[in-house]
Amino acid sequence: MVQSLDTLIETPSQTGGPYVHIGCIPTFAGLGAVYPEDLGLRAIEDGAKGEIITLTGEVVDGTGWAFRDALLESWQPDAAGKFAGQVGADPKVNGFARFAADKDTGLWSLRTVKPGRVITRDGRLQAPHISLWIAARGINIGLHTRVYFDDEENESDPLLLRIEQRNRVPTLIAKKTAPGHYRFDIHLQGPLETVFLDI
Amino acid sequence: MTSTKIDLGPLVPRRRDMHPVPYDPEYKTSVPRSPRWSLLSMESTPSEETGPRFGHSVLGPLDNNLILNWSKDGTGAIGERVLMHGRVMDEFGRPVPNTLIEIWQANAGGRYRHVKDTYFAPLDPNFGGCGRTITDDEGRYQFLTVRPGAYPWPNRGNDWRPMHIHISVFGHSFGQRLITQMYFEGDPLIDRCPIAATIKSRSQLDRLVAPLDLSMSRPLDYLAYKFDIVLRGRRQSMFENKLEGM
Ligand SMILES: [Fe+3]
Repeated sequence: MVQSLDTLIETPSQTGGPYVHIGCIPTFAGLGAVYPEDLGLRAIEDGAKGEIITLTGEVVDGTGWAFRDALLESWQPDAAGKFAGQVGADPKVNGFARFAADKDTGLWSLRTVKPGRVITRDGRLQAPHISLWIAARGINIGLHTRVYFDDEENESDPLLLRIEQRNRVPTLIAKKTAPGHYRFDIHLQGPLETVFLDI
Repeated sequence: MTSTKIDLGPLVPRRRDMHPVPYDPEYKTSVPRSPRWSLLSMESTPSEETGPRFGHSVLGPLDNNLILNWSKDGTGAIGERVLMHGRVMDEFGRPVPNTLIEIWQANAGGRYRHVKDTYFAPLDPNFGGCGRTITDDEGRYQFLTVRPGAYPWPNRGNDWRPMHIHISVFGHSFGQRLITQMYFEGDPLIDRCPIAATIKSRSQLDRLVAPLDLSMSRPLDYLAYKFDIVLRGRRQSMFENKLEGM
């Protein structure tokens, strides 16, 4: 026998199901004004410092279908690389947003500020990125990924460097389509399968 | 984020074998929606260790009372009145205070207030089906609601969801983000549910089954069920390099 560990195990995940919107964005789900407004409606407030950008994309399943019931969350720092709550963070940057695929087109979009660079624990500088989390029916545990930008210096990013198959790196990089506009599609399967994270 | 606690290290890696499998042919929608390739693992960074924080100011007085928060005439929702309560803690048993919990559920007949739900069971004009609260200093939370009904769903020929409440928890780190479901002690449908069965560890599935808790039930008013939630922890060691500005 040995001493027993007194650590606990994380509660297991379950799918958010088809009605995840009722719990997370009830106004969007048609419940009316049960709350004054849905949580995470805006990543930024008017007056946020930095370049204001709009990201647009689809969440595509293994059949190539952009599904309509995805719920997404984003989390990011301000233009200077400070997260909400940290000393000196831009008070106009909430950093968190919630948005859903459109029920007719499957398109989602996020208006925010281009994030700044953030240093890792071992002192390496990460390229600017937004963290994404995806929940939906059929997704048994929420999927984490990151959005990088094709007009930034990504070559030395510690996470991108860990991707052995270099042909998969572009799945994490949003493409500029117009000034201030980027496209980022998320593929759950197939040759373009997005790199999902376990961190 | 917990910017004042400079001694917290990286998030403890997730034990994926303690979670549901992403791909399970018995749960058909997971077939096209589960990644095929391995996840990329890395030590957490500030992107995962920080996270959004929500203050009590976002809450309305009835947000954690689903019996009344959608009641048009104040009479309340129909169904068996239930207090759902518990604690949120991390893998080291530390309470997770001031974290937002959101829940959603079907009404007592098993019907969701959603355009896509076409089950025969009628809508309850006094029940919306969502609620939220923030844990107290010791990580405790409570919701007053009605027990949701079981409902059929299109999967295999005759699949029914056990009675369940969906739960979303933030924690203090974006990497702790968790959505799960609470089941009710004694429901025979739990062992027949392909969604519950995506969790292959029996002891882990048991942790989603809330026991009846008569000690917290209120005589002549409501029954209580206890549901504790454990989120990922962050390593604490004298040997962690401290992050600048954290
Ligand atoms: Fe459900």
